[in-house]
Amino acid sequence: MSEEHAHIVPYKTFAIVWIALLFLTGTTIAVAQYDLGAMNVWVALGIATVKAGLVVAVFMHMKHESILFKLSLLTALTMLAIFIGFTFLDVLYR
Amino acid sequence: MSETTATAANDRGFWGEANYPGIFGWIFSTDHKRIGLLYFWSVLTFFCVGVLLGLLLRLELFAPGETIMSAQTYNATFTLHGVIMIFLFIIPGIPAAFGNLIMPIQIGARDVSFPKLNLFSWWLYITGATLAVTSLFTGGGPPDTGWTFYVPFSAQTSTNVSLAAVAVFILGFSSILTGLNFVTTIHRLRTKGMTWMRIPLFTWSLYATAWIQILATPVIGITVALLFAERVLGTGLFDPAQGGDPIMFQHLFWIYSHPAVYIMVLPGMGVISDIIPVFSRKPAFGYKAIVVSSMAIAFAGSLVWAHHMYTSGISDMAVMIFSFLTFIVAIPSAIKVFNWLATLYEGSILLDPPLLYALSFILLFTIGGLSGLVLGAAAADVHVHDTYFVVGHFHFVMFGGTGMAFFAAMHYWLPKIYGRMYDKTVATVAWGVIIVGFLILYISMKVVGMMGMPRRYYDYVPEFTGLNQLATVGSWILAIGLILMFVNIIHGLFKGDPVEANPWGGASLEWQIPSPPPTENFGEEDPVVTHGPYDFKKAGIL
Repeated sequence: MSEEHAHIVPYKTFAIVWIALLFLTGTTIAVAQYDLGAMNVWVALGIATVKAGLVVAVFMHMKHESILFKLSLLTALTMLAIFIGFTFLDVLYR
Repeated sequence: MSETTATAANDRGFWGEANYPGIFGWIFSTDHKRIGLLYFWSVLTFFCVGVLLGLLLRLELFAPGETIMSAQTYNATFTLHGVIMIFLFIIPGIPAAFGNLIMPIQIGARDVSFPKLNLFSWWLYITGATLAVTSLFTGGGPPDTGWTFYVPFSAQTSTNVSLAAVAVFILGFSSILTGLNFVTTIHRLRTKGMTWMRIPLFTWSLYATAWIQILATPVIGITVALLFAERVLGTGLFDPAQGGDPIMFQHLFWIYSHPAVYIMVLPGMGVISDIIPVFSRKPAFGYKAIVVSSMAIAFAGSLVWAHHMYTSGISDMAVMIFSFLTFIVAIPSAIKVFNWLATLYEGSILLDPPLLYALSFILLFTIGGLSGLVLGAAAADVHVHDTYFVVGHFHFVMFGGTGMAFFAAMHYWLPKIYGRMYDKTVATVAWGVIIVGFLILYISMKVVGMMGMPRRYYDYVPEFTGLNQLATVGSWILAIGLILMFVNIIHGLFKGDPVEANPWGGASLEWQIPSPPPTENFGEEDPVVTHGPYDFKKAGIL
C-alpha cells in the first residue's frame, strides 16, 4: 500500500519535462504545416498523448504511485478508448 | 449515563446512538448504516410512486382510445415512470441502500473509506430527486420524451426537459461518488484475513458495479450536459442542419445506459449469490467462477451499447459486431445461473422468504435474459423493436431480476438491521401473489408485443384489447401482493419479535455481530477472518 507522499522531484526533472513539453508543442505546430492526409489526426493525437503522459507521470506523481493506481488509470483510459473506438465502428462504415 | 440506559442503548445497537437529535441524527449522520437506511427509505418511497404511475398507465391501456388520461398526460406519465424507476429506484436501490448497510460489515470494516462523501452522495441523490420532481410542475410542464431523452425531439419539445437533464446530471454524480467510495473501501478497509477470495459474493458484485459506476456514469453526465447546451445555447451538435449527428446522442446515451443495466442487475446477482448458499446449507458452487463472471459482465457489458440502436440507421458493420458482442455477455450471466442451480443441488433447502425471492429471481431473470437474446439478434430485433415485447423483456430483467433481488435483500438483511422479524407466512403468501400478478402482467405484454403492439402509445387497435385487459388485471394482482409484502415487512421491522444475531445461519461477518449492529459494527478489536464466507462447517453452523 502506498506510503505518505514523500517523493520530492528535483527541479532538474521538472525543467527537463517542461522543455520536452515545449519541444512537443513546437513539433505539433511544425507538423501542422504539412498535409499528411489521414495521418494528420493520428500524429496530432500521438504527440498530445505523449505530452499528457509526461504530465501525469511526473507532474501528477503517477510515476511514484503503486501499481494499483497505475492499473486504475490504465483501466479508465482503456474504457475511454473502447467507447470512442467502438463508436467509429458505426461512424466509419455508415 | 446510567448503567441501565447504557445497556438499553447497546441493545438497540446503532439505533441508540446519534450525534444529533431527531431527524438531524439521520440526515447529518456519517454512519454507513444510517446512510444506508436513508437510501433505503428514499428509494422505497420513489418505488411506490413509480408503481402508482405504472398502475395508471395500465389503467389507461385497459381499453382502446382515451380511457383515463390524454395522450400528452400519458407521454408524461410513462416518462416519469421510467425516470423514477431507473434513476431513483433501480440504480441506487441495491448498491446504495444494501451496499451501504451491509458491505462494510461483510469485509470487517467500521465504515466506508469516505463517510462524509457517502453522506454527500445521499444529499446529491435527494437534490437530484427534488429537481426531477420540480421539473414536473415548472417550465413547460412534465417532460414527455421517455426516459431516454432522444434528440431531436428532446431538443425541441417545450416541456421541461432542461431541468430534468440537470437532475439526471446530479444523480449521476451521486452514483459516481458511491462507486468511488466502495472501490476504495473494498481495497483499503478489509480486515485481517479477509483475502480477496474470502470476500462475500455480494461485496464482489458491488466491487464490479462500482467500477462501472466510476467509468460509465460520467458519460451520461456529458450526454445530458450536451443536451442542455443544445436546448439552451443551440450548439447544433446533434442537429444535421448544423453539421451535427442525432445518432451520436444515442451512442452517448447508451454508452452509459447499457452498462447502467449492469449497475442495476449485478448487485442483485450478488444478493442471490449470498442468499442461495445460506438457505442450501452448502458452500457456493464455483465461487471463483461467480467472481470472474461479475467482472466479465462489468467489462463485456460495456461493449454492447449499440444493440439498442439496430433500427436507428447505424452502419451494418456496427450492427453485426454489436450483435455478436451481445451474445458474449450472455455467457457470464449463464455461468452465474448454472452455479446457483449447482449450489442448490443436493442442498438442505430451507424455503424461507429470502430464498423464495431468490428463486423467483433465477426464473424471471432467465426468462427475461433469454428474451433479450431475441432482441440481441439483429434480424429478429428489427421485427420486435419498440414493441411491447421489449417492454415485457426489460420488466422481466429489471423487475423480475433486480426488483426481486431487492425484495430478497429486504427479507434477508433488514431483520439484522432492525433486530426484529416479520411474519414469514404472510411474506410467503405475498411472494406467491406477486409472482402470479407479475407473470400475468408481463407475459401478456410480451405476447401482445409479438403480435405487433408498439410501445409508448396511449391507444391501440381493438385486436389487442383482450391481452391488454389481462395485463391490467395482472398489475392489480401484483399491486395487492406488493402492498401485502410491504405492510408485513414494515410491521415486522417495528413490531415483530426480536431476532438473535444469526437468524438464517449465515457464515459471513454480518451474522457474527449483534442484531441490530453496534455503531462501529465490531467491538474494541477488529475481527480476524479465518474461513470463507460460505464455509458453514468452520463457522460452526453445520
